Amino acid sequence: MRELTYVRASSAQEAVEAVTADADAMFLGGGTNLVDHLKLGVARPGRLVDVSRLPLDEVETRETPDGPVLRVGAAVRNADLAAHPLVRSGLPALSRALLAGASGQIRQQASTAGNLLQRTRCVYFQDVTTPCNKREPGSGCSALEGYDRYNAVLGASEHCVAVHPSDMAVAMVALDAVVVVLGPEGERRLPVADLHRLPGDAPQRDTTLARDELVTAVELPLTDLAARSTYRKVRDRASYAFALVSVAAALRMDGDTVADVRIVWGGAAHKPWRAELAERALVGQALDEDTVAAAVDTELATARTSEGTAYKLPMLRGTTAHTLTTLATTEDA
Amino acid sequence: MDATIRLTVDGTAHEVTVDTRTTVLDALRERLGVTTVKKGCDHGQCGSCTVLLDGRRHLTCLTLAVAQDGAEVVTAGGLGEGEGLHPVQQAFLDHDGYQCGYCTPGQVCSAVGMLDEAKQGHPSHVTEDLEGDTDLTDDEIRERMSGNLCRCGAYAGILAAVREAAQA
Amino acid sequence: MSTETVEQTPTPITPRSVGTALGRVDGPEKVTGAARYGVEHHGEDGLADPLYAWLVQSTVAKGAVDAVDPAAALAHPGVVAVLDHTSAPRLEDTDDGELAVLQDARVHFRGQVVALVLAESVEAAREGAALVEVGYAAEDHDARFSADGATYRPDSVNPAFDTDSDQGDVDAALEAAAVVVEGEYSTPHEHNNPMEPHATLARWSDGDGDEVLRLVDSTQAVHGVASTVAPLFGLEPGQVRVTAPYVGGGFGSKGMPHASTVAAALAARAVAPRPVSLAVTRQQMFALTGYRTATVSRFRLGADTDGRLTAVEHRAYEQTSAVKEFAEQTAVATRMMYAAPNRRTSHRLAVLDVAVPSWMRAPGEMPGIFAHEVAMDELAEACGLDPVELRLRNEPDVDPESGKPFSIRRLPECLERGAERFGWAERSAQPRSTVDGDWWVGTGVAAATYPGYRMPGNAARVTALEGGRYDVAIGCVDIGTGARTVLTQIAADALAVEPADVDLHIADTSLPSASVAGGSSGTSSWGATVVAAAQAFAAAHGDAPEPGAEVVASADDDPLSGEHVFHSFGAVFAQVRVHRWTGEIRVPRLLGVYSVGRVVNPTTARSQLLGGLVMGLSAALHEESVRDPRFGHVVTQDLASYHVASHADVLDVDAEWLEESDDEFTPMGSRGIGEIGIVGTAAAVANAAYHATGVRVRSLPVTADRFLEVDR
Repeated sequence: MRELTYVRASSAQEAVEAVTADADAMFLGGGTNLVDHLKLGVARPGRLVDVSRLPLDEVETRETPDGPVLRVGAAVRNADLAAHPLVRSGLPALSRALLAGASGQIRQQASTAGNLLQRTRCVYFQDVTTPCNKREPGSGCSALEGYDRYNAVLGASEHCVAVHPSDMAVAMVALDAVVVVLGPEGERRLPVADLHRLPGDAPQRDTTLARDELVTAVELPLTDLAARSTYRKVRDRASYAFALVSVAAALRMDGDTVADVRIVWGGAAHKPWRAELAERALVGQALDEDTVAAAVDTELATARTSEGTAYKLPMLRGTTAHTLTTLATTEDA
Repeated sequence: MDATIRLTVDGTAHEVTVDTRTTVLDALRERLGVTTVKKGCDHGQCGSCTVLLDGRRHLTCLTLAVAQDGAEVVTAGGLGEGEGLHPVQQAFLDHDGYQCGYCTPGQVCSAVGMLDEAKQGHPSHVTEDLEGDTDLTDDEIRERMSGNLCRCGAYAGILAAVREAAQA
Repeated sequence: MSTETVEQTPTPITPRSVGTALGRVDGPEKVTGAARYGVEHHGEDGLADPLYAWLVQSTVAKGAVDAVDPAAALAHPGVVAVLDHTSAPRLEDTDDGELAVLQDARVHFRGQVVALVLAESVEAAREGAALVEVGYAAEDHDARFSADGATYRPDSVNPAFDTDSDQGDVDAALEAAAVVVEGEYSTPHEHNNPMEPHATLARWSDGDGDEVLRLVDSTQAVHGVASTVAPLFGLEPGQVRVTAPYVGGGFGSKGMPHASTVAAALAARAVAPRPVSLAVTRQQMFALTGYRTATVSRFRLGADTDGRLTAVEHRAYEQTSAVKEFAEQTAVATRMMYAAPNRRTSHRLAVLDVAVPSWMRAPGEMPGIFAHEVAMDELAEACGLDPVELRLRNEPDVDPESGKPFSIRRLPECLERGAERFGWAERSAQPRSTVDGDWWVGTGVAAATYPGYRMPGNAARVTALEGGRYDVAIGCVDIGTGARTVLTQIAADALAVEPADVDLHIADTSLPSASVAGGSSGTSSWGATVVAAAQAFAAAHGDAPEPGAEVVASADDDPLSGEHVFHSFGAVFAQVRVHRWTGEIRVPRLLGVYSVGRVVNPTTARSQLLGGLVMGLSAALHEESVRDPRFGHVVTQDLASYHVASHADVLDVDAEWLEESDDEFTPMGSRGIGEIGIVGTAAAVANAAYHATGVRVRSLPVTADRFLEVDR
C-alpha cells in the first residue's frame, strides 16, 4: 500500500533536496488547496515536505537599480499581505485582489506561494470519476463539451479549457511581479507573467516550474503606476466565489489621454491574461466607454466561446471599461 | 503512517496519535471527541469547522494535524470564561443568530477572529479607502463573515449579533 | 410502561406564553457547540468505538456491477470490511428501489451506492473506498431532461394530488380573451444542502431484547425512519430505536430516510455489535440524499382588458428517477391561487436514469409559483396595470378549485401592507427607467401561498412531576425550526403553567409517535397533539395532579375534512440593482408580509420566515445543480460550485405578519410558517430585475450574464 509520510523542512534548501530526492514528494504550504486535493484523490503524493514554517514570512522593501521593490516571502499569509500598509498604499490592486479571494479564514491560512500555485477549480478536474487531461493526461477533456460556465475563452486548447483560479496572480501580473524560485541548481527569477502557462498539449503542467522548484518570494516593483492600480472581480456570489471574470488594471493619465496602462484578466484563460493589444490600443487615447470597448475587442479577436461562456466577452468589455474609467476618475480626484 | 502530536484544545493539553492524512478537524472530532467543531463540507467551502488556531480564525478541515504539532486551538466550547458565555455567543442568543445550530460554533469563532482582525485595522473587499480606518459597517460585517455559510438563512440575526459584539 | 392513547378533541388555548418571544430553550448548547448532532454521539451509551463507513458510488449511470474487487482496499491498514451486493446482509423488502441498498447488481443512476468500506478510521475508510475496484457492464442511459421528453403521466403528484385538473373551457376562454400571456418558465435542479450532511450512527444487537437496531440519524422524523427502516430488515418498528436530538437542518431532504441510513444499518448488521458511523460527504449528497427536480412550466393566461383572469393554464414538466418515482406537485398551487372560471393544470414527467428527487422546501409551490407570479407580472404589463392591482382584481371569494371558503384568505392585506412599507406608490410604471450611479434599480412583487397541513399519527404524553411541573413528551424533531421552544410554550399554556415548569422531551422513538418536521405541519400537528394531551390530562387528573399521573393522547379533530380550506398567504417585495457594466445583480431590500395564523413565538417565527426568504433569494440568484447528461451526475457537487447565498448576498431582508388566529385549524390558532418564505421570493426578484433592466428572465437563477448583450 501507499504510505503518506510527512517531514517538516528546516530550510528552503533542505525542502528542495527532499522533493528532488523523492519523485512522489510535494511541498505543503498553507494546505488550503493540497489538503482538499488529498481528500478528493486529485493529488496522491507519497511524501509531504512542509514548507509552511520556513522563515519566508517577511515583507520588506529593497532598493534595486531599477527602483524600490517590495519583497514578499512565500509563506506570508494572504490576509497579512492584503493588510500590509505598503501593499495598501503602493500596490492597491494586490490588496484588492487578495481581499476578493476565498474567505477570511482561508486568507488567514493560504500562503503567497500557495495562492500562485493553486490549481483550477474546473469541476471535472476535481472529480476523479470523469476524464480530465490536466489530472490524467490523455484521458480527454470533459469540460470542452460539458459544464462550461467557468471555462476559458482565451488561449485554451482542445486538451484543456480550464482557467487559473487565483485573483492574486492576476494582480501580480499587472504589477510586474517577479517570483524568486529555489531549485536544485540554485535560485532563479522569473516574471509572474511567465510563471503560468497556456495548456497547449500539456495541460497537466500549470506552470513553468519544475516539480522540485520552490517559490521563496515574490518581488513587486513599487512604481507610480502600481500605486494607481485596482482589481475588479465579477462573480456569482457577492463574496466567497471564484471569478466569472476579473480585471486587474493600472493607469497613468497624461492630461486627458492614457499615458500608461496595464490590463490583466482573470477568469479568462489558463493563466492571468495580459491584454497587451488592448493596452497598446489605449495609449494616447482619451478614456471613454467606447474607446475601451474597442480596445478590448482587439484583444478578444482571438477569443473562442461556447454557449456557456459567450457572456464573458461582454462582461470583460464592460468590467474593463468600468474599471479603467473608475481608475481615471479616482486619479482626477 | 501515524504520528503523535500535541494539541492544546480549549485550554486542555492533549497528546494524540494521528494518521498523516488526518485533518485537525478529524483529529478533534474523531480522535479527541471534541465535537464543538462541525464538519459541513470538509473542503473549505462552508466555514462550519472554523476555530481559532494560534489566535487566527482557521478552517480545520483544510489543515493536516501533523503539520500543527504544538498548536493551540480554541473552539466555540472554549471561548467563554468558565461556565459563562463569550459576549459574541450571548449576542447570538439575543439576536437569534442561528436556527439549526450546526454552522453556529464556526460562525461564533469566525466572528471572534474577525473582530480581532478589524481591531488590527485589516481592510476587506468592501473597504472603500484601503488606507483609511476600519469602520465595521453592516456591509463590512457581512463581507467579513461571508466565509461562514448558514443554510437556515439566519444572516440577519448573525449580523445584528456581530454588530452588537463589535460595539461592546 | 405503556399507557393507552386516548382520543381528545383539542379546544383553543388561551395564549399566555404563546405569542411571546421566549428565547430558544436549546440556544446555549448551540452557540457553544455542546449540541451533538448525528454521528457526534459516538462515545455514548453503547455507541462507542465505531467503525467508519464510506460509500463507494457507481461511475456509470445505468447497467450492472460486474465485479467488486475489494483486495486492494482490504490490504490497506485499518480497512476491516468491504460490502457489496454479494456480501451485504439481505433485506426482507426491496420494493423501494432507493432503499434497496446493495441488494442486486443493477445500477440505476450514477452515484448509486455499489459498495461500502468499513475501517478503523475516517482516513482509512476514505482511502479504502478509493481502492475498491468496481467493474461494470454499462448500458446506454438517458439523463437529459427536456420538457418535450417529459411524457409520462403519473397517477398522482406529491403527496396525493390529482395529476391533472380541468375546469371550464380553457381553450375557448383563451380564444375569446382580450389579453393573452403565454410563456415558458423554468427552474433548475436544486439541492437542499443542510449544513449538517446526512449522517447515521448505527448499532445492531443480535438476539433478544426489544431494541435490535439503534440509530442516531440526522432526520426530520425519528418515527418515520423507524417505520420505514424496520420492515426492510424484517423488524417491528418498536425494535428500531431512533434518536435525533439535534439536526443540522434538512429542508425536506431529511424528511424520509435515504440510502445512507439503510447502508449504515446494513453495515452495522454486518459487524454487529460494533457500531458504525456513516457520514455522507457533501459531494455524495448531490447523488444520494434527494433534490428538487428541475421544472418547466408552460403558462397561458387569458384576461379581459381590466386584467381579470378568464383562463389559467399551467402545464408542468419535470423529471423523476427510473428507480423510484417522485412527482412534484408543481402546478397544484395554480389551482387555487386566483379567480378564473377556466383553469387547467397538468404534470408530465421524464423518467430518467438519475438520482432520486425528493422534497425540498415547498416542493411544488416554490417552482410553480415562481412561474405563475412571473407570468402575472407579464400580464400586468400587457394589461397596463400595476402588478399589485392585478392581483387584487383576481382575488377569489372561495377556493376556485373546491368551491369551499378559505378559513382566512388575506392576500390583499399582505399586498397592501407590503406596498405601503415598500413605498410601492412611488414606483415608476416604466421598466428600465431608474439609474443610480452605475446601477439599474427596480422593484418587483409576487404573491405566495402554502397550504395548511395537519398530519395524522401524532400522540403526546403528559406526566405530572413534583412541584407543579410537567413532563411533556412527543417524538418529533427540532431541525432548527424552534420546535423545542414553541412546544414548550404551547404545553405551558395548555397546562396553565410557566414554560420553565415544562420538561419537554422530543426526538426519540421511545416517545409517542410524531409526524415529520416538514410541509409546515410540525407546530400545527404536534402542537395540537400536545394541547389535546394536556386537556385530556386536565380532564382526567385536574389541575393539581398527583406526581406520576400520566396521560397519552392524540388529537381527533380533523379540520381538513370540515367546511373550510386552509392556506397561508404572503406578498413578497424585492428591490433589485443590476450593474450596468458588469451585469452583477444585488437585492438590497426584500420584504415578506404574511398571513400565517397566530405566530407562536415571534423570534423563532421571524427566523423561519427570514430563512425562507433567504433560501428563496438564494434560489433566485445562485442555486443550480448542473447535471452533465453524458455522465448522468451533478457536476456542481460541492459548496464552491453549487452556490447558496453567502452573508454578503443577504442585505436588508425583513418579514412581518398580520395579527390573526386560525382557531379552526389548530387550538393555538397557528397555521404553519416553514415553507412560505421561499415561495414567491424568486419571482419577486425576477420581476424586480425586469423592472430595473427591461430584461425578462424566465428561468432561474437570475445571474449577471442575463443582463449582458451576449455576442459572438
